[in-house]
Amino acid sequence: MSETHQYDARGLLCPLPVIRVQSLVKKLPEGDIVEVVGTDPGILHDIPAWCRVHGHTVLSTEQRGKDYYVTLKVGEKS
Amino acid sequence: MGIQRKAIALVSGGLDSMLAVRAMQEQGIHVEGVNFFTGFCVEGHTHAIRKQDQEKQKRNNALWVAERLGIKLHIEDISEEYKDVVLNPRYGYGAHMNPCLDCKIFMVGKANAMLNRARELVADGGFDFIITGEVIGQRPKSQRKDTMPLIARESGAEDRIVRPLCGKNLPATLPEREGWIQRELMYDFSGRNRKPQIALAEKWGLDDYAQPAGGCCFLTDESYSRKLGDLWQARGHREYELDDIMLLKVGRHIRPAPNYKLIVSREEGENNFMEGYRKQFHTLRPISHGGPLTLVDGTPTDDDLLFAARVAARFSQGKHADTMTFQIEPKGGTAFVVSIVPIRPEDFDPKWHI
Repeated sequence: MSETHQYDARGLLCPLPVIRVQSLVKKLPEGDIVEVVGTDPGILHDIPAWCRVHGHTVLSTEQRGKDYYVTLKVGEKS
Repeated sequence: MGIQRKAIALVSGGLDSMLAVRAMQEQGIHVEGVNFFTGFCVEGHTHAIRKQDQEKQKRNNALWVAERLGIKLHIEDISEEYKDVVLNPRYGYGAHMNPCLDCKIFMVGKANAMLNRARELVADGGFDFIITGEVIGQRPKSQRKDTMPLIARESGAEDRIVRPLCGKNLPATLPEREGWIQRELMYDFSGRNRKPQIALAEKWGLDDYAQPAGGCCFLTDESYSRKLGDLWQARGHREYELDDIMLLKVGRHIRPAPNYKLIVSREEGENNFMEGYRKQFHTLRPISHGGPLTLVDGTPTDDDLLFAARVAARFSQGKHADTMTFQIEPKGGTAFVVSIVPIRPEDFDPKWHI
């Protein structure tokens, strides 16, 4: 059964949100979901790019007010 | 079938490391990248902070290179450990506060530790060697013929470090002696001429890359280095926290007296960023006229804060007004509103600008 995790990266500037998400994802099994919220619009580009090179799936990216959201699904670890 | 050899590449996001990775991929090496976050990285932060930069294409160049070359990229936060490199560089600084040689030794050393850790974990299935995009003569402080063996030795990488772009001009490394890679398929680039790299990029169809030799570290910037030196001098000790070095990237820094300085936002993006620090500093906000948020760092007296408001007024729409009202909020105190006279241009000492 996959779990959903939230990560609050508000106030952090890229690449720190990517680094923090990288550390979190490292501990999670394939199929888990991570919802990231941040204030740096760079997360809309950097987290999806990081996901693509590591085989994770970006489920959605969006802006709500001053916050930016990225939801990803953890891929197979190799 | 032979063993698939693997390498860790230091990927900055620039052209040289991109080509170095590609050169090893051409030889059948499995490459993964590592990119180190020191806190002094130029791109990313400044783009994120400044509103005027937000129209520019935003991307993390190291991630972009990784994607383009089809490699994994690990981004490592080394900002805490990196302080020792900045504060106590064994081989000194470059033109400014840039400890380039110590930095390179440190980063190769970190990659070497990753290599050793991976080798311990999976025996022969771990990484076999390290790749960098160094070119002899490219950088006056760190990329010279005499510093290449020094970096290899001091980092602990020894002969497991390969510089594919200038490998033909260097002694043979372990991967060459073992036959994992072929020396004749490496390159003999040297000096500051970028044409060979640009031609190689063209040959491989790599037509979009971060500007070659563009400074990617704030420590190579004269203005930034001056602000860092001022910070240390004002505090009486050479230390810093991540927030300190972030704030040196934004605003105008003005020091009317040794015990305090103003950080005056230059635009809306910086204003928003600095709002996040309002609880950690004294803050000044113009009330009667439009104008930027100002943070005051240090140990100002009440009179100093009033004077700081007069100085900050110079950067507001009320700079020509007879009087202005400001809200002053001392750190940890209660905000109050005062009427001040904006400082006259002739009373503003240009030397206050850091």
